[in-house]
Amino acid sequence: MITLPDPKPDVLARRDAVIAGLRAAVADAEGVIGDPISLKPYETDGLSAYRQMPLAVALPESTEEVAAIMRFCHANGVRVVPRGAGTSLSGGALPMADAVVVGLMRMNQILDINYADRCATVQAGVTNIGITNAVSDEGFFYAPDPSSQLACMIGGNVNMNSGGAHCLKYGVTANNLLGLKIVTVDGEILDIGGEHLDAAGYDWLGLLTGSEGQLALVTEITVRILRSPEGARAMLAGFASNEIAGACVDSIISSGIIPVALEFMDRPAIHACEAFAHAGYPLDAEAMLIIEVEGSVAEQDDLLARLSAICNRHNPMSLKVSRSVEESLAIWKGRKGAFGAIGRISPDYLCMDGVIPTSKLPDVLRRIQEMSDSYGLKVANIFHAGDGNLHPLIMFDANDPTSFHKAETFGAEILKLCVEVGGCLTGEHGVGVEKRDLMPFQFAEHELEQQRRIKSAFDPDWLLNPSKVFPLRAPAALPRAA
Amino acid sequence: MIPSEAEAAIARQVAAAREPLLVRGAGTKFGMLRPVQAASEITTEGLTGITLYAPKELIISARAGTPLHEIESTLAEHGQHLIAEPPDLSLLLGTAANTQTLGGVVATNLSGPRRVAWGAMRDHVMGIRAVTGRGEVIHSGGRVLKNVTGLDLCKLLTGSHGTLGIITEITLKVLPAPEAVGTIAIPGLNAEQAVAVLSAALGSPYGVSGAAWLPAEAAARLPEPIAAGRSVTLIRIEDFATSVAYRTEKLRGELSAGEILDDTASRTLWRAVRDVRALPTANGDGIWRVSVRPSAGPGVLRAVEGATGYLDWGGGLVWLAGPANETTHRAIEAAARAAAGTWTLMHAPDSLRNAVDVVPPESAPLAAISRRVKGAMDPRGILNPGRIYSGL
Repeated sequence: MITLPDPKPDVLARRDAVIAGLRAAVADAEGVIGDPISLKPYETDGLSAYRQMPLAVALPESTEEVAAIMRFCHANGVRVVPRGAGTSLSGGALPMADAVVVGLMRMNQILDINYADRCATVQAGVTNIGITNAVSDEGFFYAPDPSSQLACMIGGNVNMNSGGAHCLKYGVTANNLLGLKIVTVDGEILDIGGEHLDAAGYDWLGLLTGSEGQLALVTEITVRILRSPEGARAMLAGFASNEIAGACVDSIISSGIIPVALEFMDRPAIHACEAFAHAGYPLDAEAMLIIEVEGSVAEQDDLLARLSAICNRHNPMSLKVSRSVEESLAIWKGRKGAFGAIGRISPDYLCMDGVIPTSKLPDVLRRIQEMSDSYGLKVANIFHAGDGNLHPLIMFDANDPTSFHKAETFGAEILKLCVEVGGCLTGEHGVGVEKRDLMPFQFAEHELEQQRRIKSAFDPDWLLNPSKVFPLRAPAALPRAA
Repeated sequence: MIPSEAEAAIARQVAAAREPLLVRGAGTKFGMLRPVQAASEITTEGLTGITLYAPKELIISARAGTPLHEIESTLAEHGQHLIAEPPDLSLLLGTAANTQTLGGVVATNLSGPRRVAWGAMRDHVMGIRAVTGRGEVIHSGGRVLKNVTGLDLCKLLTGSHGTLGIITEITLKVLPAPEAVGTIAIPGLNAEQAVAVLSAALGSPYGVSGAAWLPAEAAARLPEPIAAGRSVTLIRIEDFATSVAYRTEKLRGELSAGEILDDTASRTLWRAVRDVRALPTANGDGIWRVSVRPSAGPGVLRAVEGATGYLDWGGGLVWLAGPANETTHRAIEAAARAAAGTWTLMHAPDSLRNAVDVVPPESAPLAAISRRVKGAMDPRGILNPGRIYSGL
C-alpha cells in the first residue's frame, strides 16, 4: 500500500486564491477546473487502484501559459503534477490533494514536419500515433510504439522514456528525440537541443527524458521520423517449455538477425489472448514467440526462412509463417489485445514492468509461478524477449482489499526478483508512485541521495510531481487510504 | 558491474583531494575543449578489463581504462560490434594510435558515421559506475537493455568530459556486426546537390547507415582513389550480403547515379571516414566539429573562409580544419548559430582554447542549472574544472 504525505494545510486553505491565480495565467475560462464533478476524471491515471482529487486542474494551450502557471505556482509554493493522457501504469500522474494538475492535452498541435531533415516538432499533447499519422502519407513513422499509443501523448512518452514492442531495433523514446522546449519550475522557457544531433555540453535531453516530471515541464518535442521499411511480416512458434523458447531466443540473437520484434508469451497469456482474438495461437504450447522481420518481400522470405530453420532446431510444437499482411496482423492481434484479453478473464489486474537478463527468463518464470501458487493469484507473462522487458499481469479482485494487497505484494516480490537476478525495477512504465518504495532495492541510500541532489538542482523546493520516484523520507509519510 | 580495489583507490584519492584534479584516461583527447588547470591528475588507466560479456544478451561491461581496441576485437571474435562506431582520432589529433580507452570515448560521447542511423555512444550506455566529486561510488542503469529506474545519470555522465564524475565502469549495448557492407559512390556533386541525394537516401526504406559528402580536396585524402579530382558522395548500406546487394542496386537505380563499391573497399573507406582521415592532420591548425540539421551543413561549410572540411551524418555533421585563430572560430560560431546548431572545438593551441567558447554558452537560466548540477555532483569543483565552460 503506497502512502501519501499529508497535504499542506496552508495550500488547501488558499484554494480559491490558487484557482484565481491559475485563471489569470490561462486565457480560456474553461482552462481552469475547480469544481469537484469536473475534477473527478483527473483523480487517477492508468494505475486506477490509487485515486486522489487534485486541488485544481489547469489546461494551458501554449508554452507561455504553462510558464505563467509555473511562475504563479512557484511564487506561491504550490506543487504541480504534470499530466498528458493519464495512461501511466505506475501512477506517474496521480494527483495530490494540495497540488495543481497541469494537463497538456490541449497542446495538441503538430508545429512542423521537416522531411528533408527527417524530424517533426510537436506539442506535448499530440498522441504518439498522431505523429505517425501526420507523416505516414510520405512513408514515414515515429518509431517508439507503446501499447497505449492510440491514447498516450508524446509529452508523457518523453517523461517516462516509453518503449514498445519494436525497440530492439529502433530504440526507446530517448533514442528518437532531438530537442525539447521545457518550462522550469520558476517559469523560464528553455530550448534543449534542436533539429540537430548531439548538442554539445551536458546531455540535458537525455537527463530530462524519463525524469517523470521531476525536473521540468515538457511542452514541445522535436522527434526523429524514419522512413518505413518496404514491408514487415511476422511468424509465430510454439514450444513445449519456457526453457526451450528461451533457448530459441538465444539462438536467434546469436544468428546475427535482429528481428524488429521478438515477443514471448507464456501459456496463460497464450490462452487469454487466443480466447479474445482467435488469432490461431497454439493452445498446446507452454510458450510462444512472435517474431517480426522487415524488408522487401524477398528479404522477408530469406529472414523468415533462416528464423524457421533456427526454430526447427528447437523442436517447435507449431510454426506458422505469415504469408501476407493480413496473416501478420492476425498474429499480432492477439498480442496487441493482450491487456483487453486479460481484462476479460479478470477485470482487475496489475501490469508489472521488470527487466531481467534474457538468460534468466526460464528461472524467473518458474519462480513467478511458485509465487502465483502461494498467493493464490493468477498471472500471465508477456515478455519483450529481445530486450529482457517482462510484463507479468497479476489478476486480482478489486472488491476484495485483501486480494489487492496480495497482488501488490506479489508484484513487488517479482520486481525484487528482477533486481536480484541482475535486472531492474522498470523498463518502460517508470517508477511513479507504484515502485517508489522499491527504489532502495536497486539503489543504495547515497545513490538515491545523489539523484535527489540532481532533482534539487532543477527544482530546489520540490514542487514538481511530488511523492513520486523517490521514497518518502521516513517518518514524514503517514498511511492514507488509497 | 563490480567494485574493484582500483576504483576504491580512485574514490579515496578524490575524497582526500584538496586541489583540482585532471581526470584522464589514455590522454588522447587532452586537446579537446578547454585546458584544465589542475594540481595533480587522476587516471583510469589502472581500471582495465572486460568484466562481463554476454553476446546472447547483446551486453558488454568493461572498466573505463580498457583500451577500446581490446573491446572491439573481443566483440569481433563473436561477430558483434560497437553500434555507434566511435572514431579513432589519433592521426587527426597527433596522439598515440590504439590507446584511447572506453572511458574516454564515453566521457566525450564520440560517435562515427553510423550515428546518423543507429544512435550515438550515449544511446548505448546501459549502465555506468562512477566516482563523484564527493569520492562516492555510484551506479546508474545496469546490465539490461531497457531501464527507466530513477534519473538517467548514464546520459548525464556520458559526454560530461570528466567534470561530473570519474567513470569507472561502463556497460554497453552491442549488436551483431553486419555480414556485408556496400557503398554507392557518386562523383562530382556540389554540397547542396549531395545533401539532397543523402536526404533521399536516408529517407529511403533501405536502411542507409552512412551518408557523407567530401569535396575533391578531402576525397583525395581517402585511401581509396574513387573520384579522381572530384567531390564524392558516399552512401553506405550494411546488412546480410543478399540484402546489401539488393538494396545498393535498388537505391542506385532510384538515385540514377553512382557506382557500387564492394565489401572490402567499403570497409576501408568508411573506416577512413570514421577516423576523419579526410581532414589534414591538425599540427598547429584548429579542428572543429559542428552539428546542424542536415540541410544546413553546406551553408556552414561555405561560411567559413580559409577552412577546409566535409560533411557526414547526411550533411548534419560538419568537420572543419583551419587556422587556429579567433577569426576562424568566430566564423564557425556564427555559422553554427545561424543554423541553430552546435559546435565543439576539438583541437587548438591552449591560447585559443582559453579565449573562446569551445562549445555554445548556455542561456543564463540553463547555465544556472548547470552550476547547480555540477555542485550536486562535485560540490568542491575539483573534477576537470573549466573543461567545458570557464569557471565551472
